[in-house]
Amino acid sequence: MRMTSCQETEEEPRFCNVAVRRPPRYRAKMAAPIDLHLEFGGGAELLFGGVKDHHVKLPSQSEPWNVKQLLAWIKTNLLRERPELFIQGDTVRPGILVLINDADWELMGELDYMLEDQDNVVFISTLHGG
Amino acid sequence: MCQVDEDYIDAQLETKAGLRDCFKEYFVHKFRAMLGKNRLIFPGEKVLLSVSGGPASSALLSQVQEGLSPETPKKLRFVPGIIYVDEGAACGQSLEERGEIKSQLETIFRASGFPFYVVHLEAVFSLPSSVLQCASSASDRRNESYKEAVDGFIQSACSETQRETGQGSNSYTEVQTLLSELSTQEWSGEVGIVTNKSQPFTPEQTEAVRTLLASVKTLTAREELLKTLRQHLILHTARVRGYSKVMMGDSCSRLAVKLLTNISLGRGAFLAMDTGFSDPRYGDIAIVRPMREYSSKEIAFYNRMFKVPSVFTSALDTKAPEKASIHRLTESFISKLQADFPSTVSTIYRTSEKLNTACPRPIADGELTEKCLLCLCALDTGAGERHHSSHS
Repeated sequence: MRMTSCQETEEEPRFCNVAVRRPPRYRAKMAAPIDLHLEFGGGAELLFGGVKDHHVKLPSQSEPWNVKQLLAWIKTNLLRERPELFIQGDTVRPGILVLINDADWELMGELDYMLEDQDNVVFISTLHGG
Repeated sequence: MCQVDEDYIDAQLETKAGLRDCFKEYFVHKFRAMLGKNRLIFPGEKVLLSVSGGPASSALLSQVQEGLSPETPKKLRFVPGIIYVDEGAACGQSLEERGEIKSQLETIFRASGFPFYVVHLEAVFSLPSSVLQCASSASDRRNESYKEAVDGFIQSACSETQRETGQGSNSYTEVQTLLSELSTQEWSGEVGIVTNKSQPFTPEQTEAVRTLLASVKTLTAREELLKTLRQHLILHTARVRGYSKVMMGDSCSRLAVKLLTNISLGRGAFLAMDTGFSDPRYGDIAIVRPMREYSSKEIAFYNRMFKVPSVFTSALDTKAPEKASIHRLTESFISKLQADFPSTVSTIYRTSEKLNTACPRPIADGELTEKCLLCLCALDTGAGERHHSSHS
C-alpha cells in the first residue's frame, strides 16, 4: 500500500490520509484462523500436562497452515517438557503415529498436508515411555 | 509379508465405510490363525490373560471377548481370567494414582465379564519358594497329535473333578495343588468382584519394594528384576487359581526389541523361549504370545478405530533419556530404523520365527540340568572349548 504524499496533492490536503491500494496481484493471500481438534494418546499426553484433548485455534497467517508448521506451533505453544521425546528435527519422533481425520498421515502427504478448519489430528505414541 | 499387508490396509483406509470392516476381519483372522496354527490351547482350558492396561494387552482382551461372544461363528473355547499386576510401588506412584488407575482398569475388566485378579507388586514378599521351581508337565506331549493331547487334557480335567469328590487321583493335579499350598503365609492377592480389604499391602512393604529396586544400580537391571518379579507373581496366581496357560500381550515390535535386548543382555541361548509363541520353561504353566504378529502401528489403529479402552500407566523408563537402559536404546534404534526401512521389524520377526524352542530334556536319574534360580532357564555358563595353538 502506498500512501500518497501530501506534497504531491497540495491542492487537496484533505485526501492525504487516503491509502492507495495496490493492484491485487501484489497482495499476499491471507489464511483465516483455523480450529483444530488435537488428541494425544499412548503416553504422549504426559508431555502436554496429562491432557489428551486440545481444541486449538491457529492464528491467521499469510500462507495456509501445513503440518510442518503445526508441529512447530505445538512445540512452542503446547509442549510442556522434553521436546526431544515428541519432535525430532522437522518431524515427529519415530514411533509416534499421526492420524489426520482418522487416516494415516502418510496417505495425506505427511508434513506437506494443508490443514483445513475442523480437522482432527491425533498423535499416538507406540513406544514405551512417553 | 507383515509389511505388505500393512501397506494394503493403509492404502485402503482412505474410504472408511466398508474397509473398516475389512481391517477388522484381517485383524481378527490373524488372531484366530495364530491360535489355530499353534494348537496349544485346549477346549475348556483355563487361560489367564495378563493385561497391563497398555494398547497391546487391551487389544488382546478385546479379541478374546469377541472370540467368546455368542454371535461369533466358531467361538473360541477356553475359559479366560484376567490378571493385572500393579507396579505402582516400583514406579514411585502415589496411592491415589494407583487407586485411580486400578479403578479405571476394574471398570474395563468388569465390562468383560471375566474373573479378574489384581495383584500388587508388594505381594512378592509373600510368594512361596515354589515359584522358583519348575513343575514337570502332565505328560510328555511332544509326540502327541493335537487330538491325543486334547483327549489327555479332558481326561485329567475329569479326574480332577472326581478327586474333588473324593474318587480317583491324578498326579498332575496333585502336584499343582501341592505347589500352591506350599506358601507359609496367606496369599493376599485380591480377587475381583468381592474385595473387603481396603488396603492389601502395608506402607512398609511398599518401602521394601522401593528399597529393593533402588539397590539395583542400573536401569537395565532394574527393568529385568521388575520383569522377573512380575513373571513370578503371574505364575503363582496362575498356579493358585488353577490356570494352565497364560497369554501375554507382546506385539511384534515389542518382541523385536526384546530379541535384540536379550542378545545384548547375554540371553542369546534362550531367545526362542523369550520371544517365541510358547514358553514352556515352567512346566505346568505355558506362556503364550498370540499378539506376536501385530505391529504396534496396527494395534494402535485397531484400538483407535474400534474404541478399545486402554489405560496408560507410567513404567520405569517413562520419559527416561535414550541411553538410560539397553532396552530403551534398542527400542530407539529399531524405531528409527523402521522409519526409513519399514521392513525392519518384520525381518527381525521372521528371523525369530526360525528359532525353535528346544523341548526340555527329561531329567534322567542322577542327572540334574542346572537352572537359573530366577528365570528357570538352563544355565549357559560353560565356556566353549578353546583351541590352543601349539607352539612347537
